[in-house]
Amino acid sequence: MSNNIDLKKGLDIPISGAAAQKTAKVTVPGTVAVKPTDFRGLKPRLLVREGDKVLAGSPVLADKESPDILFTSPVSGTVTEIVRGEKRKLLEVRIKADATQEYLEFAVGQVANLDADQVKSLLMKAGLWPALVQRPYGIIANPAVKPKAIFVSAFSTAPLAADMEYVLRDEFDDIQTAVNALSKLTDGGIHISLNADNASGTPFHKLENATFHTFSGKHPAGNVGVQIHHISPIMKGDTVWTISPVMLAAIGKFLNTGKYDMSRLIAVTGPKAIGPAYVKGLPGMSMRDLKEFYDNSGSDIRFISGDVLTGTNVGEDGFLGFFDNQVTLIKEGNEHELLGWAKPFRTKQFSTSHTYFSWLTPKKKYEMDTNLHGGPRAFVMSDVYSKVLPMHIYPVYLIKACLAEDIDKMEQFGIYEVLEEDLALCEYVCPSKIEIQSILSDGISLMMKEMA
Amino acid sequence: MRKFIDKIKPSFEKGGKFGYLHSTFDAFESFLYVPDTVTRRGAHIRDCVDLKRIMIIMVLALVPAMLFGIWNTGYQHSLAFGLTDWGFWNMVGYGLVKVIPLYLVSYIVGLAIEFVSAQIRGHEVNEGYLVSGMLIPLIVPADVPLWMLALAVAFAVIIGKEVFGGTGMNMWNPALLARAFLFFSYPSKMSGDTIWTAGVTRYLAEGKAYASGNGLVDSFSGATPLAHPSMDGLQAAGTSLWDMIAGIIPGCVGETSVIAILIGAVILIWTGVASWKIMLSSVVGGLAIGYLGFATGVTDLPGYYQLVMGGFLFGTVFMATDPVTAAQTETGKWIYGFLVGALAVTVRLFNPGYPEGMMLAILLMNTFAPLIDHYVVNGSISRRAKKFKTA
Repeated sequence: MSNNIDLKKGLDIPISGAAAQKTAKVTVPGTVAVKPTDFRGLKPRLLVREGDKVLAGSPVLADKESPDILFTSPVSGTVTEIVRGEKRKLLEVRIKADATQEYLEFAVGQVANLDADQVKSLLMKAGLWPALVQRPYGIIANPAVKPKAIFVSAFSTAPLAADMEYVLRDEFDDIQTAVNALSKLTDGGIHISLNADNASGTPFHKLENATFHTFSGKHPAGNVGVQIHHISPIMKGDTVWTISPVMLAAIGKFLNTGKYDMSRLIAVTGPKAIGPAYVKGLPGMSMRDLKEFYDNSGSDIRFISGDVLTGTNVGEDGFLGFFDNQVTLIKEGNEHELLGWAKPFRTKQFSTSHTYFSWLTPKKKYEMDTNLHGGPRAFVMSDVYSKVLPMHIYPVYLIKACLAEDIDKMEQFGIYEVLEEDLALCEYVCPSKIEIQSILSDGISLMMKEMA
Repeated sequence: MRKFIDKIKPSFEKGGKFGYLHSTFDAFESFLYVPDTVTRRGAHIRDCVDLKRIMIIMVLALVPAMLFGIWNTGYQHSLAFGLTDWGFWNMVGYGLVKVIPLYLVSYIVGLAIEFVSAQIRGHEVNEGYLVSGMLIPLIVPADVPLWMLALAVAFAVIIGKEVFGGTGMNMWNPALLARAFLFFSYPSKMSGDTIWTAGVTRYLAEGKAYASGNGLVDSFSGATPLAHPSMDGLQAAGTSLWDMIAGIIPGCVGETSVIAILIGAVILIWTGVASWKIMLSSVVGGLAIGYLGFATGVTDLPGYYQLVMGGFLFGTVFMATDPVTAAQTETGKWIYGFLVGALAVTVRLFNPGYPEGMMLAILLMNTFAPLIDHYVVNGSISRRAKKFKTA
């Protein structure tokens, strides 16, 4: 525990609407969706048709490239709709839940006696394998490789993120089971990064079979990519896996009970959330199940599955993502502001830049909205990005390499080490309003295509 | 107002009656109102700072130097022509008459080109010229003929910026490029002793000055301190160190007053708009070479004189720090700044033909900034690669 890694760079965005630590509601599943778009680069094969009956844990989709990897239904019910987008791209499989939930029973046996291949095949059958994310690129882990190590971040620093210790407080036995099982899949061990503020007090610290690291600092200190960068950087040819604590709990629950039970505590947050708090729900649950928490009579709310930096805009009719345990509700900022940029004071707006005066009120929380606050420009300021990126990476050079589609340069400037979430703050602070995450995303897609 | 804009907006959209003026309309609209665009991809919220804000802070930081320059233009004129009865407002009034046309030309020519090129490319109009346009009148002599200025601005904006793709893509600081253009194309108007004091050029040509009646006073020399950079020279001209710090000396419109420039520097450093690393290392570089020259007998002026003479400080604070053309890496900024300062003083000491080395030093280092960055970045990458290979 002595080797705390203190990250000086970063930014905690002072947005209002943190969830109070209470469970305000247990949602009854209505219609849920399985979304192949939650997984980067997945080519899904549909295994069900409209009208089919499924149980919780029944396969709905499979990965075309490795057909053993299944994606299963979180509820028992009837497939009501298969939603496709442009070029018939599969977007959602909607399932209407039955009144009583029935689970498919998996024969797990004694976890301690399972070998690596048995763990893999169980997780793939149950639809939990996709919880393992492979770096570089942030794709579904390839079961054929043995990763250098598996990394877990035990805390999140993202804006308004759910408190991991609160949402998992009853599930540490399950997490231990999952850690034990996953440690069979790698020789490098399970590395868990703790928040230095409470490193010795947290229940995570009591887990066995894992190596611990501590981190302190502002966001993105809780991002697993940033932590890996400081623990054991991903060089060319390396493969590591990451998994979130929420998914560890789900895997553990599955291995202990033989059921695909994805229920989790979800933080409902954001300036537009009424009485922000936690709810018990499922991945794939509908935003409409949260109707107590918002008033969208003006149709001016953006529904984000995830946090404000990296989440997905799903809309009021949308569904929670597979990995997400947070919903953020913010106002659509489609309003003009008279001479906004020229006003000496804009007390309702936050800026990291000293060209405004929000540094005078460091404790204040702001009701942020989705306004872009400017127009897109070329890169001009060179020093704003590295101030919020605690990595030895030159973000502007990396992004320019992505724009130029220069594979060698992208490699050189560290594309293997980052995902969109790690550079999300750079995008937030960018005065030129450059879409850094989507440029990086295109860069990663290009790398996957070229290096395949 | 908002209603009016919303009403006329459709005719400027694509396919509208004035669709070809889309960029122009957009520029005016976004000048008046922060646009209503929302984030589509990536982070759903964004910092409220944008380039307009950064540029306006830069403009604000230049205001003290501009105001002082306006007064000093009048003051120098009154000295040269022996107008002892001129009060403060006479001087400011004369300064305004001299400086406002420079601004009009600078902004009208520069912005016109910006608008046209944005229109051609279908981009939004970039606010970069707000700063360049503010800078250019401050780094030319007050007497520069307006047609020359117009030509220089056009050259700087078209060749220096737009051919590279506009603000953010340019190699050289556009304002300095305008000055370099004037300097090399019309050397007789940009050097010598008679151009630095407003009204003298016209007096010599036509025999009359703005305030008629008086001729030049006998003791008028008009030379800037850089023209006779030695203790004796400065003493003969009656220029004290304090005169140079306060800025009551002949020179380009905005570059003379150390105090006004430092006010700007404080604004820029505090807001983080310009890099303090570049400013500091440039001052260090200037001092180092200045004292080296003093120690080896090249000049009898102590190093700190180099900082207060000519455009050194103005260049250091406002032009070397241009984030687009300066070095972009933090280590690179130290190297870049130091070399700017060192080169500027070197040119001064060893090349009497070009007494103002600052312009050349910055343009030269603009050229080499990408090279500095290249080595800094590569060095850092290979150090890191080595570290993890052995570990």
